[in-house]
Amino acid sequence: MSDTHGKDVSTIDAHSDAPLYPLPPHHHRLTDTDPRAARRAERQVAAMFALSALCIIAFVVGYVAIPTTSFIDLGPIGVLQTSNLVLGATFGLAILLIGLGAIQWAKKLMADEEIVDERHPVGSPIEDQEAAAELFATGVAESGFVERKIIRRTLIAALALFPVPLIVFLKDMGPLPGTSLRTTIWQKNSRIVVDVTGQKLRPEDLAIGTLVSASPEDLDRVQEEAGTQNARAKASIILVRMRPDEIKSQQGDGWDVQGILAFSKICTHVGCPIALYQQRQHALLCPCHQSTFDLSDSGKVIFGPAARRMPQLPITVDSEGYLVAQSDFQEPVGPSFWERG
Amino acid sequence: MTSTSVRRHKATGLLVLLAALVVTGIGYTAVTTTAEAAPTAASQTQVDAGRQLFLQGCATCHGLAAQGTGSGPGLIGVGAAAVDFQVSTGRMPLAAPAVQAPRKPPSYTAEQVSALAAYVASLGAGPAIPSASDVSTTDANLAEGGELFRTNCQQCHNYSGAGGALSDGRYAPSLMRATPTEIYEAMITGPQNMPNFTDATLPKAQKQAIIKYIAHLQQAAAPGGLALGSYGPVTEGVVIWVAGIGALLLASVWIGAKVR
Repeated sequence: MSDTHGKDVSTIDAHSDAPLYPLPPHHHRLTDTDPRAARRAERQVAAMFALSALCIIAFVVGYVAIPTTSFIDLGPIGVLQTSNLVLGATFGLAILLIGLGAIQWAKKLMADEEIVDERHPVGSPIEDQEAAAELFATGVAESGFVERKIIRRTLIAALALFPVPLIVFLKDMGPLPGTSLRTTIWQKNSRIVVDVTGQKLRPEDLAIGTLVSASPEDLDRVQEEAGTQNARAKASIILVRMRPDEIKSQQGDGWDVQGILAFSKICTHVGCPIALYQQRQHALLCPCHQSTFDLSDSGKVIFGPAARRMPQLPITVDSEGYLVAQSDFQEPVGPSFWERG
Repeated sequence: MTSTSVRRHKATGLLVLLAALVVTGIGYTAVTTTAEAAPTAASQTQVDAGRQLFLQGCATCHGLAAQGTGSGPGLIGVGAAAVDFQVSTGRMPLAAPAVQAPRKPPSYTAEQVSALAAYVASLGAGPAIPSASDVSTTDANLAEGGELFRTNCQQCHNYSGAGGALSDGRYAPSLMRATPTEIYEAMITGPQNMPNFTDATLPKAQKQAIIKYIAHLQQAAAPGGLALGSYGPVTEGVVIWVAGIGALLLASVWIGAKVR
């Protein structure tokens, strides 16, 4: 098949004198016919390259001379740092002018000839194919690959085992998450502290309508030991307080303290931290994809792409009167995952 | 006929919603700040003047005794800080029922605002207007303020304080024009949909640090010029897609054009 194909192409395209698709007549550019126009184009290109060089000099001068405290008012563009403006403009212009000059040079002055470069048939000539097949057969015979069974078989075994290390390395992707996706560092009697400041909280510290971003008291210690931020990513919570009669439902009986509710701060959609709390609607709004959770009604999803309610952390007060967790979350926090079902 | 009654229905719904929002919000502030409530000693004449203003401008919605009506929340115990914040920023009196009261030029003079605040404060204990020393940021730590701002404020008001959208047409307003007193009042009273930040969970020194950081944001120059509202990738993306890619397209057309 390749034989006839190759012949057909060579007879029609490559070897005939008349082109199959004749080209339109070529018109020369003004710069090819008029020497003055050519000189003008030459000057244009040279001017662009020279300007580019000047821009670089201006850049260096600007860098040295303009203090970063200087600002300039450009009307509609606003007030901006003079040094930013000068450095950006000179460096940008310098590279732009090199590009413009090169294109102008190629378009107006470089050789303007239209050349037809015909395609060759793709397949090798039939003689070459036959010679290659013969060479291969000779090679097989001379190596003794067929007769020497033991070499053939050991080679096949060696090559078959060669990819095994690549598969063994896959183990480094583990260990499997185990229960870590279902648990956080919250546990019975973990103190609840204000995020960042680490201040312990009593119920009376929160008023109706108060929002507090909080974390477990031992978060910093756990993170330091683990060397990662994983604990914070799962254990961050928000505390909100509403009138007890405004609470329509909770995820468990007695999980609040006098109307103070604790919810995970991690959106159940793709895990953005959320604290956009509209205290009148008790609505928690995720800025990433607008999932909205009703914290007065078990954290259920009232809008957006989240598929699962916001997990609630059961809380109580300890003997010293501080807010603590009753236990870990009773359902996994954060986005859904494969094994969760 | 039907259409008018339908329209009236809608308006009533909004009003009731708004009233409910304001009532709960103000109720919260009342509960939150009973401990710190120290109504500033106001002269009886000021309270009387405030009462006159209240009866003329506020009683229609908030009730003759500020007890609240179907159209407006009760104001007993909301304190002077809530009145000062709402009235001095023009949010109250409300121009029209809406999910949120926008900032607008105030309808009352500073003197009238203090009279109104004194009257409402005389009705029940609530958070007082913060004093100049309360909102002083001389000793405040700017870096700490930045960290607290990013933990507590940034999620709604934007990392640059430019404000942002909430649900159903509600929004967190821009902080670019907020004064230190307004910021302090907003934190202790939790106006409209904003949660409040009690002095127990966010002590005064931390509030001052946040105010210092917001003042820093307000004065911060934009070294790159046009900040495009500081809204981040949305406005910046629009500009680069339209202006940037447009310029690239024009350049490609020029490169490919045939020369005569």
